[in-house]
Amino acid sequence: MLTHYGPQLVNLFAAVLLLLAFAMLSQRRMLSLINLFAAQGFVLFLTTSLVAALTGQHHLYWSALLTLALKVILLPWILHRLIRKLNIKWDVETLINIPTTMLVGIVLVVLAFNLALPISQLAGTVTRSTLGIALASVLLSFLMMITRSKAIPQVIGFLAMENGLFFAATGAVYGMPMVVELGVALDVLVGALILGIFIFQIRERFDSLDTRHLERLKEL
Amino acid sequence: MIDLAGVAAQFTELMLAILLAPLLTGWVNQCRAWLQNRSAPGLLQPYRTLNKLFQKEVVLAHGASPLFRIAPYLIFGSLALAAAIVPTLDIDLPLNAAADAIALVGLLALARLFVSLAGMDIGTAFGSLGARREMMVGFLAEPALLMVLFTASLISGSTSLSTIVHTLAHKEFVIYPSMAFAGVAFTMVSLAENARIPIDNPATHLELTMIHEAMVLEYSGRHLAMIEWAASLKLFVYSCMGLALFFPFGIAESGDWLGIVLALPALLLKLAVGGAALALIEMLSAKMRIFRAPEFLGSAFLFAVLAMLVHVLLES
Amino acid sequence: MIEMLALLASPLAGALVLALYGHRERAAEVNAFFSIVTFGAAAALTGRIVAHGPLRVLHEQFFVDSLNVFLVALTAFIGMTTALFSRPYMRIERDHGRVSAAGLRLYHSMYQMFSFTMLLVLTTNNLGIMWVAMEAATLTTVLLVALYRTPASLEAAWKYFILCGVGIAQALFGTILVYFAAERVLGPGVGSLLWTHLDAVKASLEPTVMSIAFVFLLVGYGTKVGLVPLHNWLPDAHAEGPTPVSAVLSGLLLNVALYALIRCKVIADGSLHQAGGLPFASSLMMGFGLLSVVVGAFFLSRQRDIKRMFAYSSIEHMGLIAFAFGMGGPVASFAGLLHMTMHSLTKSAIFFAVGHATQKTGTQLMENIRGLMRVSPTVGWGLMLGTLAILGMPPFGVFASEFLILTQAIALRPWAAPILLGALGIAFAAIFGKVQPMVFGDTTAKRLPHPPALLPVFAHLGIVLLLGLYMPPYLAAWYRQAARLIG
Repeated sequence: MLTHYGPQLVNLFAAVLLLLAFAMLSQRRMLSLINLFAAQGFVLFLTTSLVAALTGQHHLYWSALLTLALKVILLPWILHRLIRKLNIKWDVETLINIPTTMLVGIVLVVLAFNLALPISQLAGTVTRSTLGIALASVLLSFLMMITRSKAIPQVIGFLAMENGLFFAATGAVYGMPMVVELGVALDVLVGALILGIFIFQIRERFDSLDTRHLERLKEL
Repeated sequence: MIDLAGVAAQFTELMLAILLAPLLTGWVNQCRAWLQNRSAPGLLQPYRTLNKLFQKEVVLAHGASPLFRIAPYLIFGSLALAAAIVPTLDIDLPLNAAADAIALVGLLALARLFVSLAGMDIGTAFGSLGARREMMVGFLAEPALLMVLFTASLISGSTSLSTIVHTLAHKEFVIYPSMAFAGVAFTMVSLAENARIPIDNPATHLELTMIHEAMVLEYSGRHLAMIEWAASLKLFVYSCMGLALFFPFGIAESGDWLGIVLALPALLLKLAVGGAALALIEMLSAKMRIFRAPEFLGSAFLFAVLAMLVHVLLES
Repeated sequence: MIEMLALLASPLAGALVLALYGHRERAAEVNAFFSIVTFGAAAALTGRIVAHGPLRVLHEQFFVDSLNVFLVALTAFIGMTTALFSRPYMRIERDHGRVSAAGLRLYHSMYQMFSFTMLLVLTTNNLGIMWVAMEAATLTTVLLVALYRTPASLEAAWKYFILCGVGIAQALFGTILVYFAAERVLGPGVGSLLWTHLDAVKASLEPTVMSIAFVFLLVGYGTKVGLVPLHNWLPDAHAEGPTPVSAVLSGLLLNVALYALIRCKVIADGSLHQAGGLPFASSLMMGFGLLSVVVGAFFLSRQRDIKRMFAYSSIEHMGLIAFAFGMGGPVASFAGLLHMTMHSLTKSAIFFAVGHATQKTGTQLMENIRGLMRVSPTVGWGLMLGTLAILGMPPFGVFASEFLILTQAIALRPWAAPILLGALGIAFAAIFGKVQPMVFGDTTAKRLPHPPALLPVFAHLGIVLLLGLYMPPYLAAWYRQAARLIG
């Protein structure tokens, strides 16, 4: 039962992950953005556990638990606290309008799928076709980072990009060695904390979290 | 050779659709009322409304052309035909040879065309405004709907709805991730096409926002009844199409009566759940400005395209 | 083994100690002390490698050969001189009220942490750990760049973090793909990420995967190297951070990122070579390198901020080095390694001198800095000599390495040589034209009562001069050996 439907379920989760990445791209509200990020983390947790169960790679269970603790509970909680403390209620503003962003997103997805196709044909893992989706999520988060003008969506984009990378590792090679994965998780956590501190400081200096204020340093 | 039993089954299915459609509308309204914490008008209210309208006298505007008078019947007719070819109870019926996805979209477009023409026929400002908006929504929703159907066709290798249902429901159960995307896109399209929140509000006559109601303002009496009934039928067609694509389980395979009888409770149950879900979606979302509608439907189209891409990547 | 542990333990211990005591009066001395210990360990390690050849320790997790030991020595040396330079410099900054005691604690602790992460990148054998350490180096320097908490420095740090975060994420994807290719040959587990193992089987790695992986790695680590068009963070981060941080960013971090790129290129080249196709990785590096040289040179003349100008000069030189490694071959790689050394030493010396000059005049705008020679001949001469050195004037060592790169370009890629020459000419005109009035122009400012401590500047420039005049045979042999590893 599990061996039969497991890979199909992994594919389904992969599709849901991509769906969530697109939902984040089209989302205008800050609170929903954080919830979507948490949901993406949760799908990632489910996928990783499923892959672990399918392949018997026990270290993946630890990765899954790490994902659950870090990306579903801790980071969304920090982000929620952050927007409560900063009393942010505004909508997310975008630099390019959302339909254009989505169109660019589609182009990126096609690009990612094309790029990943020759690689996934070589893979022997049950989850091989998910590599294209992982790459697409990375690129979509990247797109979100560069099209949003506010600091917090950029941070969420950064974290979502890491989600995509984690998924790529799980899907293509059943996860990186544990020591590397721990290191990456540590970097992400520290990075998120530093960005959180920065957000307070930017707010203090500029009286706003709009990174469009951060455009004084440029070429003449 | 005309298969008499088949024709009878087909007729039963069609009559069932026509008769059940107002009930579905009533059920959705009932759920909405419950969710909004008000007392519901009763499940059978749409029938009572239709009955009342049929008994009323028809009042025609001065400039009304014959088109205005026959449009309600054409609309009702094309939607009834659409209801007949969407697989609801059985996939082995005489008309199912014509149950092609593109034909279905064409029938829906035909209905929309006549609604819009009738709306413009009198020449009032509201009619033209509603018709313009309706055409805009349709123009954006149709490609998305086609893409959704094509995704399903890619899976089954045919644009015939019967074959699609056969592949999805009666072969070995396979999870299709592309259908997750297609499902989201289809839901968005159905909301727009059935004049539901967040695109339109069926329960209001607030002039600045209405689309569907603006076009049918001039209708009265039995004409209005036909239009209202056709609107219910449209919701029914879309619901059944969604059920056939995404939850096809329970639809009978061969045209025997036992299968049809067994398929009926399954259909009713699915419709009840689907209607409640529709009410919930309407409750949870806010009506968006008309200028946001292209964005909403554009997203639906993109999701449908993504569904095809995901299908190419994951399932081929 | 023991040198290896000391090399990594010393900065890590320094970071922890300074995190607790970094705000005290003597913190700068403690910082310098840990940097000197690190340099001692690096020197001992170098001696050992020179005597006994490559070293693998801790289940092959760490790997030192003649390529990275030279960078370890360079990093530890400049880390030490910068710590010595920052001792008086940061004290004056605190007296000027630009940084608080708590800020100094952060500064000292992160300085040591930064040294640790760089040494970890250089010595680790595991490509995954290399990525983790590189990201950690970004995080520590982000904090250092934002040290002054001014709007401009916050902006620079934010930009730095976002751009490098995005870039380095691509490198992680590339690393995953490398692991994916290696797993098929070596089987799953940590072994498949070890560079030495990959190097052994590089000919049997799947070329399609490796070429895609290398593109991602190049974009990722190339962002940190500051290759155009991924360079946007670099001038801001250099201009807005404290001067010692600019010195180590330019002198060390860029080198370390380039080192990571070279390691990946060796594997990718080995894998692609068997496919018999175009030298894909080399062409990419040459293309990015050439673009960086040209764009860097053209942007130089538009700068008004002195630190920004020298940041663009770093972009230009990194492009030159990337181009050299892209050309490949023993001579070009030799020249690339030599230029890495020369550029690090010279550029950090320049930043030291610039730091003093801006501290005295209170501005980084070049039009407001005039007559340094009158105010303080030490600073004036330091800046002038450093500028001449970085512009490739003989007899400085930069001349030797640039000359080698150019002759190789004429021999191997004749089409690129005029472009390089033109860009170097433009860079010369731009930098010299701006530095000359700063050093020799008229000023109303008073002469400084006593010369500032610029020993590190002259130590660096002395080494550069010495290597330009005479390269000891053992050093040349060592460079040649390292160049052979790159191929």
